[in-house]
Amino acid sequence: MIKETYLNTFVLSLFILIPLWAYLADEPFTITLMTRAVIFALAAVGLNLALGIGGLVSLGHAVFFGLGGYAMGVLAHHAQTFTAVAEWPFLIEGTKSMPVIWLVAVVISSLAALLIGILSLRTTGVYFIMITLAFGQMFFFFSISWSEYGGEDGLSIYVRNSFPGLNTLDPIQFYGLCFAILCVVLFMMARLFKSPFGLALNAARQTPERVETVGLNATRLKLVAFVVSGAVTGLAGALFADLNRFVSPTMFSWQLSGEIIVFVIIGGVGRLFGPVVGAGVFVALEHFLGGLSEFWHIYLGALLLAIVLFGRGGVIGILSGREKIHD
Amino acid sequence: MTDLVLETQGISKAFGALEANKDISVDLAAGEIHAIIGPNGAGKSTLIAQVCGAQQPDKGRVRFLGEDVTDLPVRGRAKKGLGRTFQISALAMEDTVLQNVVLGAMGASSTVWHFIKPALADQVLVDRAELALERVGLSDVRSQRTAELSHGQRRQLEVAIALTLQPKAFIMDEPMAGLGSEGSKQLTRFLDELRNEAPILLVEHDMDAVFALADRISVLVYGEIIATGTVEEIRRNKDVQRAYLGEAE
Repeated sequence: MIKETYLNTFVLSLFILIPLWAYLADEPFTITLMTRAVIFALAAVGLNLALGIGGLVSLGHAVFFGLGGYAMGVLAHHAQTFTAVAEWPFLIEGTKSMPVIWLVAVVISSLAALLIGILSLRTTGVYFIMITLAFGQMFFFFSISWSEYGGEDGLSIYVRNSFPGLNTLDPIQFYGLCFAILCVVLFMMARLFKSPFGLALNAARQTPERVETVGLNATRLKLVAFVVSGAVTGLAGALFADLNRFVSPTMFSWQLSGEIIVFVIIGGVGRLFGPVVGAGVFVALEHFLGGLSEFWHIYLGALLLAIVLFGRGGVIGILSGREKIHD
Repeated sequence: MTDLVLETQGISKAFGALEANKDISVDLAAGEIHAIIGPNGAGKSTLIAQVCGAQQPDKGRVRFLGEDVTDLPVRGRAKKGLGRTFQISALAMEDTVLQNVVLGAMGASSTVWHFIKPALADQVLVDRAELALERVGLSDVRSQRTAELSHGQRRQLEVAIALTLQPKAFIMDEPMAGLGSEGSKQLTRFLDELRNEAPILLVEHDMDAVFALADRISVLVYGEIIATGTVEEIRRNKDVQRAYLGEAE
């Protein structure tokens, strides 16, 4: 078995070395592919907090991904058409500034997660899954009918948004930006997992009655986790929209929610780098097998089945065994 | 009595046609152990659930430290100082023994909303947890995964978690269950000392432990208290002998 820290370091080095090689070999498509993996990883890192630590199987995380995407789309669309987002009760103008867009994406996703979480956490188990799915479908059909922003056809943004001091149109610079965000979020998650909040959330998943008996509010712990999770996934959505310079209702689709869950399961539920590995494997399969057959999802399904049946800890669990007890 | 810590006033609970508790009034005074005994299905767990706040009584009130806590949830009563151990261990099995006890210590502080500093780097929490582990004799297994503990050790861990809350009263639901005779004797000695810190409402099937520990015993049969008294009074009570201990007694 490989020590998990070494495995994580190896994964991280792959995410540095492959784009570096692609940059030197002038393979911008590979860099874009890696950027896609990093953004998916970020979305899944968000879900991993709710699902892996909090035990909340959300089939509606595409809501936050989509909201982040549309936050970027709407703000950038108004900036490029020189129109106001809103004129009443006060003037809100569009922007092409990534930090502002990220802030808006995170705030909107958090608020949506708070609202959805308050309602969904009244239920557990399969009902929780269904209610989050229902919210996902609500947002999906709303975006289809939102003709002002392209409706079913989505919304194109002509030029990638800007970040101070960087040329975001350069694939390697945009990749570096996304990778830096992923690293910061992973660092924060590593701290959070071991913090009193992480310990209590982990216990709330395993034995909520115990958590209540020591005077803690298990539902509130899960709600906070759901909001943080939604915020991170929303940020990933904003980056994804910027990567493609396009937003569409598919960002809200339940299939996307399912894919984010798949990233977490493939990599390892509740493992810090599980979502990163899962997203990397998914993008690799999508690219290599997708080139061979349009039915590549069959192979993905077989992989998922094998992991669920034989390797509950995902790729990380298979390679590094049971999680080390942090003491 | 002026030193009552915990009191139920005529609480009743029904599940459909089944009346699990009928007009039950029990109390717990400072420094005492009050045992609730009764055959399986007598309604002991339902009574405990209502005292702790896991279930709401259909009728009657629960008072703790002179305050009506009937409408408070489990965590509200825990915050006021009601410590509980479970009949079936409710522990975070994937976590270490120490992490489980630190969770208890967190309940007594406001550290749960700390997001950055590792829980096990908080010396106040760890010291409190270590002390509780030492008192129940689990210091040696502090770093073990809880799932690896024996049944008896899990029972001890339940008590350790309750201790970290520094409760003003303990509710213990069959703490001796599954313990061997030596383990049972050790825990009996421990609870005997513990009563000086906080009174204990004890639900227990181990009659040796009950008779050794209890200042008062209430006998619950078919959802009703049929007798309350000292150990000797209960031993001599004809209704109890008939209903619970058997005619031969």
